[in-house]
Amino acid sequence: MDFFGITPSVLIASLIVASVPILMAAIGELVVERAGVLNLGVEGMMIMGAICGFITAVETGSPVLGFLGGAAGGAALSLIFGFLTQYLLANQVATGLALTLFGLGLSSLIGQSYVGIKPPPTQPVPLGPLADIPFIGRVVFSHDWMVYASLAAVAGVWAFLRYSRAGLILRAVGESHDAAHALGYKVVRIRLLAIVFGGALAGLGGAYVSLVRVPQWTDGITAGAGWIALAIVVFASWRPWRVLLGAWLFGGISVLQLNLQAAGARIPVEYLSMSPYLITILVLVIMSSGRGRAALNAPAALGQNFHASR
Amino acid sequence: MKRRTLLATAALGLGLAFGGAAQAQGMDKAKACFVYVGPIGDLGWSYQHHQGALAVKEAYGDKVEIAWQESVPEGADAERVLTQMALSGCNIIFTTSFGYMDATNAVAAKFPDVKFEHATGYKREHPNVAIYNARFYEGRAIQGHIAGKMTKSNKIGYIGSFPIPEVIMGINAYYLHAKKVNPNVELTVVWAYTWFDPAKEADAAKAMIEQGVDVIASHTDSTAPLAEAAKTNGAVIGFGQASDMADYKPSPRVSSIIDNWAPYYVKRVGQVLDGTWESTDTWAGINEGEVEIGEITEAVPADVKAEAEAMRDAIAAGTYHPFTGPINKQDGSAWLADGVTAPDGDLLGMTFYVEGITAEIPQ
Amino acid sequence: MLRLEKRPSPSRAWTIATPVVAVILTMVAGGIMFAMLGKDPVEAIRTIFWDPLFNAQFAAYSRPQLLVKAGPLILIALGLSLGFRAGIWNIGAEGQYIMGAIFGAAAGLAVYPVESRLIFPVMIIAGGLGGFLWAMIPAILKTHFRTNEILVSLLLVYVAQNILSSMALGALRNPEGGGFPGSRNLSQIPAMANTELVAGTGMHWGVVVAFVAVIAAYILLQRHILGFQIKLAGQAPRAARFAGVSPNRLVILCMGISGALAGLAGFFEVSGPAGQISIDFATGYGFTAIIVAFLGRLNPLGILLAGLLMALTYIGGELAQFMLGLPSAAIQAFQGMLLFFLLAVDLLSNYRIRLARKEIA
Repeated sequence: MDFFGITPSVLIASLIVASVPILMAAIGELVVERAGVLNLGVEGMMIMGAICGFITAVETGSPVLGFLGGAAGGAALSLIFGFLTQYLLANQVATGLALTLFGLGLSSLIGQSYVGIKPPPTQPVPLGPLADIPFIGRVVFSHDWMVYASLAAVAGVWAFLRYSRAGLILRAVGESHDAAHALGYKVVRIRLLAIVFGGALAGLGGAYVSLVRVPQWTDGITAGAGWIALAIVVFASWRPWRVLLGAWLFGGISVLQLNLQAAGARIPVEYLSMSPYLITILVLVIMSSGRGRAALNAPAALGQNFHASR
Repeated sequence: MKRRTLLATAALGLGLAFGGAAQAQGMDKAKACFVYVGPIGDLGWSYQHHQGALAVKEAYGDKVEIAWQESVPEGADAERVLTQMALSGCNIIFTTSFGYMDATNAVAAKFPDVKFEHATGYKREHPNVAIYNARFYEGRAIQGHIAGKMTKSNKIGYIGSFPIPEVIMGINAYYLHAKKVNPNVELTVVWAYTWFDPAKEADAAKAMIEQGVDVIASHTDSTAPLAEAAKTNGAVIGFGQASDMADYKPSPRVSSIIDNWAPYYVKRVGQVLDGTWESTDTWAGINEGEVEIGEITEAVPADVKAEAEAMRDAIAAGTYHPFTGPINKQDGSAWLADGVTAPDGDLLGMTFYVEGITAEIPQ
Repeated sequence: MLRLEKRPSPSRAWTIATPVVAVILTMVAGGIMFAMLGKDPVEAIRTIFWDPLFNAQFAAYSRPQLLVKAGPLILIALGLSLGFRAGIWNIGAEGQYIMGAIFGAAAGLAVYPVESRLIFPVMIIAGGLGGFLWAMIPAILKTHFRTNEILVSLLLVYVAQNILSSMALGALRNPEGGGFPGSRNLSQIPAMANTELVAGTGMHWGVVVAFVAVIAAYILLQRHILGFQIKLAGQAPRAARFAGVSPNRLVILCMGISGALAGLAGFFEVSGPAGQISIDFATGYGFTAIIVAFLGRLNPLGILLAGLLMALTYIGGELAQFMLGLPSAAIQAFQGMLLFFLLAVDLLSNYRIRLARKEIA
């Protein structure tokens, strides 16, 4: 069934690809926030990942190494945040915003000689006949490996938080660092690990932009994706599968409005381009009002710094 | 060291001002300053202006000092940046974005001895303000011709930034010339509502490709649409925008519009040096070298390439104007009668599509 | 090992000394960065911090510009600081700033070309109202549906930006502008212009209002019951509830005040320094103000100083760019460093650093 001449399978396939960067960054940030840390510097870590990944891929000729480089870049920047907030007890909101400012500047400085170069291409995973299955083949089996990696990250984070002992400890730290400390857990160390994980995933998301989505490097290439990732974490009320839903919803509406335009649908464009934000707000209202308090399970210690007084 | 030269320039400026008539005789050394709206590394609009600035330095060597500032927001910050530049001893300041228009004129009023050059605007409120722009629509006409000939699906696309006259003019020129060589051609326009958002531009290109569009022109600044077209292995072609984007040769980038500001900048700074600078309104195109058509690659058949180059040469020679009647507006009312060419005023204030385009301008 | 020991109350001496220490550390680290970029670090630092204030060529112009640049930052940050103290996170001041500018400009342009003394005050009210209403969306969603205000206010920034561009291209477009985007230039219409009140000082109505707001916020927090409630709600939410502080009322008040102040800042900016509603009117003041609020430690006087310091790095950064050819990215990174150091050394005013003895088991 087509509407306005848009093929659903193609639309779904492209929204899956379009949402990879925000999905990666958001699932990383979810872990950070579940540990009780609010890092608003996602945009800065993403763009550092974008440039570090790009440079690594261009210099080595290997997209895989490129993604590793991107993760390293994002993680390195997140260490600044971790050091300031965990050891020096700096305010998290302000530090996160400063991180974005710094990341945008630094990425542009180190990327100066990489403007306008084409990176080595990332190919779709050859799944042979699977990709030829009608509809499903196009939607599920025709992507590059990072798409599958991002889905695996969601599943992994979900299983980690839900079933593993380490996940339980992480959540405990996020709910009450004092209690966790009293039980003998190293609050600062656990939070630092979460921050670095979040940075690495944001870096991967950024590298996906510069290596696959756009393939190129220019200043400011992530163009606000990090902010969207932050929004999605809250939208998902800190649950991994809802992050996936949020990323697809957001990516889907953005892609859909461009597709509707391309299909010649007579729609007021300027209002459609704000529709992803409005619909996200609407869904959020429904979700937070529908099931009462339980639906909003923000980690209780979110954004509060921990200092062992003893 | 730099400071000393600054002071020297300022002293020179003062000396000239007191000298009165000396000013008309030009100066030995000049400082040319440039204000960019984006980062130099955008590989598009601001990058090309900076190439022009570097060409000025190249042309005059020690006689000219250049200074620039990138990523200057339009509005309040622009006025301050311009004032500080004027205070620092700039003799001529190029303000390279439409949004600097009022700031340029306001600062020009305060510094009558400094020359101001504003790109793409229309206000010249003081004798020391000149305006300049490029006839990008000439390049769009050539792209339209190539698009009309090359499309197999008869669907061509245009990624617009904002629905402003500059962009609408480009869309019309593109469509008219595609239609001329291919009456069945249909035009799809997608508005990105941004000048620069590579991911969104890529998505826009992708959406068009999925609708069967196989030639894409873009009016946004990044190479993302070309990169998206490159994924189709030659099925979809596009054009370089603002800079040559030669990395995507020979396909999908089959040609390009290059904003070449160097000839104008070199000329105007030269006029400051020799004292012949005057307030002018320049709208230059292919003829003056300001709009350059990047190499048409071998992905385009030889006859189409020859036709496109012939059109380029005819436009350069002034024997052909891309907007030559009969042309009707979208609603069917007459705009240009047979053989009449469009007056510049009509083009600069263009808020309508020509007949045949089915989309609507968002309002 | 070093260890930290919380001070019973913040050290007064360190509270004053830390910003100085941070600036010095930034100069060192920034200097290294500038040197790596091949520029003379001493000259670069002097250009950023010294020239805007004391350079013979520029200072007469740059000094007043500090006020122009700092005015909106201080105004927005003040409003935000109230909410932040109470644990109400309005991250979307940028959107409220935009809507204030649109409302204010629209109120004036609706009656163009009528000339009346009443127009400007009406526009001010409309501007404040625009920001207020935009902030009420997350506020009411929070009080009625418990929707997270961080997210909603942030998302509404993007919506406001879309409205801004459609206004610049549509409803508010200058009918005499030949189809170009952008409204009439308010600063050139006498009845609507937010002009410099005393020539050469940079003081315009927005700066005056910012100063008044600093004093008002100071009094509010020190002397008024609402200020007490705000502080209590932030430090001990449960105690606040027992003390009869209605959380919903606080949300509405804090969001409303911060929205209205951001809206006012937007209006004073559009009618003065910026001049017109254009696609690129919003330049991130709403986000920078969040940093200013924290740098000022959510204290009105601190915010005043933090706003001026941020303005100094902007203006000095501009000078460094075109006088020394530093890329704007280097200035951005430099500002980021300054913030890092300011936030880092803040520790010294709240904690004592002690050489830790071996823990007694």
